[in-house]
Amino acid sequence: MSANHSPQTTSQRVAWIATVVSATLVLFFLMAPILAIVPLSFSSSTYLTYPLPGLSLRWYEDFVNSARWINALKNSVIIGVASSLLSMALGTVASLGLAQWKSKWKPLVLAIVLSPMVVPVVITAVGVYFFFAPLGLTGNYLGLILVHTALATPFVVITVSATLQSFDMTLARAAASLGAPPLLTFRKVILPLILPGLASGALFAFATSFDEVVTVLLLAGPEQRTLPREMFSGIRENISPTITAVAVVLTVISVCMLSALEFLRRRNERLKGNAG
Amino acid sequence: MTAAFVAGADVPLKRRLKRAERARQLRALGLVLPLLAFLLFTFIVPIAGMIWKSVDDWEVPQVMPQTVAALERWNGQGLPDETAFAALAADIRAARDAGNLAVAAKRLNYVVNGFRTTLLSTGRKLKEQPAPGTAKDTLIAIAPAWGERESWTAIKSASGPVTSYYLLAAVDLTRNADHAIVAAPQDQAIYRDVFLRTFEIGFGVTALCLILGFPVAYLLANLPTGRSNLLMIFVLLPFWTSLLVRTCAWIVILQSEGIVNGSLQWLGLIDEPLRLIYNRFGVYMAMTHVLLPFMILPLYSVMRGVSPAYMRAAASLGAPPVTAFLRIYLPQTIPGIGAGCLLVFILAIGYYITPALVGGAADQMISYFIAFYTTETVNWGLASALGAVLLLSTVVLAVLYGKLALGRQTTGGLKN
Repeated sequence: MSANHSPQTTSQRVAWIATVVSATLVLFFLMAPILAIVPLSFSSSTYLTYPLPGLSLRWYEDFVNSARWINALKNSVIIGVASSLLSMALGTVASLGLAQWKSKWKPLVLAIVLSPMVVPVVITAVGVYFFFAPLGLTGNYLGLILVHTALATPFVVITVSATLQSFDMTLARAAASLGAPPLLTFRKVILPLILPGLASGALFAFATSFDEVVTVLLLAGPEQRTLPREMFSGIRENISPTITAVAVVLTVISVCMLSALEFLRRRNERLKGNAG
Repeated sequence: MTAAFVAGADVPLKRRLKRAERARQLRALGLVLPLLAFLLFTFIVPIAGMIWKSVDDWEVPQVMPQTVAALERWNGQGLPDETAFAALAADIRAARDAGNLAVAAKRLNYVVNGFRTTLLSTGRKLKEQPAPGTAKDTLIAIAPAWGERESWTAIKSASGPVTSYYLLAAVDLTRNADHAIVAAPQDQAIYRDVFLRTFEIGFGVTALCLILGFPVAYLLANLPTGRSNLLMIFVLLPFWTSLLVRTCAWIVILQSEGIVNGSLQWLGLIDEPLRLIYNRFGVYMAMTHVLLPFMILPLYSVMRGVSPAYMRAAASLGAPPVTAFLRIYLPQTIPGIGAGCLLVFILAIGYYITPALVGGAADQMISYFIAFYTTETVNWGLASALGAVLLLSTVVLAVLYGKLALGRQTTGGLKN
């Protein structure tokens, strides 16, 4: 479907140019926040204005030397890694089950499994807050890891299910017919083939947790404040240049995750291409 | 002979296959169960609990059990009898000693403004249980409010075990002394406005996303794959960038000393900086930016599937581009438009962080009030009722979305 545009008449050409111009403006709008904030983080001035009076890395030093920000980074990583591992385990196993399960209840179960993605986070956060507070699950890591896992698992299920759809089940059956027990079949045949899908699922899960702030606002104590949570209060009070440095660090992490996803996607497509 | 042999072997084989299949299905279900159990604990039960809190009326029955029991016999006309007054005096003294009189006072204050003072001052002044037969006079002497029917209907209406009070309040309704549903007093009637505002912002953001997203999706779908993949980065990078980073950047861009105001002043177009943030404009700007990829991605996936042959056919039959676009192209993208709009709208009405950071007091959406009543004023009943109404709206729209997107994979990943 590519390269199908071959303008013929003047009016068609005008329409195409109008599309290109307006789309370019919108793409610029989409990139504007990143384009604006990256240079400011290298500014030598305390004021967040252009033109930059000079370049400096002082705000990055501020970030690295601040116990508050480093603690937040540590919390984000702890909660992000733990909840993506947990959601990977639950989500992958469930996806394997959903791929084989045939029942009239399947759409309902699927809707339940995917619902944390659609229900407004405030509702999830408030409900979990009411439920977790008497259980002593607020103000500690466990509660946050549990709720982030619930929010992240739908992404794992979607990604892994999509991978399983293209997985050739006859391979598993062949392994079984040769006498491999189910667990061995999974470890030796299924797992290596769906690994790229699992990895993108894990990335989605990590990104979900890493960017989540509403549940952290309600459930976290002062010890569990994550990067987005610190940014939230920082933006509320007064945006300091240190926040712009943190923002750039977060953006770089996003770029890395996006590149990793793209790499996995291409690899997957190549594998599929070879198989078919 | 052969046929008979095959037929005879056929039955047990069929049964065995069926049994194997059933075992396989059970094993498959077994794999899904851990996740379901986990979600039950971390998601479903908590949300069900929240909905229950929106009708749960526990404070008054727990703190004033004798009064509640005594009022069961009261028909609501005139004042209740001496036993009810005596029960009230006993309950108040017991609650004061247990230290939970304020819990009931807070609940009753929702029904009648000033009830908290009445109850707490009665608690302070009631030194001992009034002698039999004098409870009524003693209480009215302490607080004249006890001589009014309104105070007693307030207690009766809050006697539980369930109440429609919070759910009605969430849509600006209340019950009067005669238990009829009426409009809430002007000073308490704010939620209908909040819901209207939420839907208005959601609708505005959806429209903006559609207008801005359509040409981008069209361009991406009609460029050669290599170039469209490259441009896709411009959509995916902001999409993957933290919500807080983007919101923070918009504040930096739009503030009075920000880039936009600076450029406009430098160009001589304005003298005074424009107020672009902490108002509705800022909310639309930031929210449209955050949600635009959710419109572009489904539109793009539908547009990729529209064959250019149709447009060429229309052109060759003499249709001008506008006619061909409106009658041939646009109808084929309707599924993408529907999915994108529903998705953006569903996500927009649940938004909390962005409006909280870039909006003013008059731009806060329903999520803000849910969080506010949960953490600030601790009116959990009202927070839950507002949450229940928002949840209902979301579920209805999501079911619609599910029907529309059935069999198609549209989300590249939802983030909130």
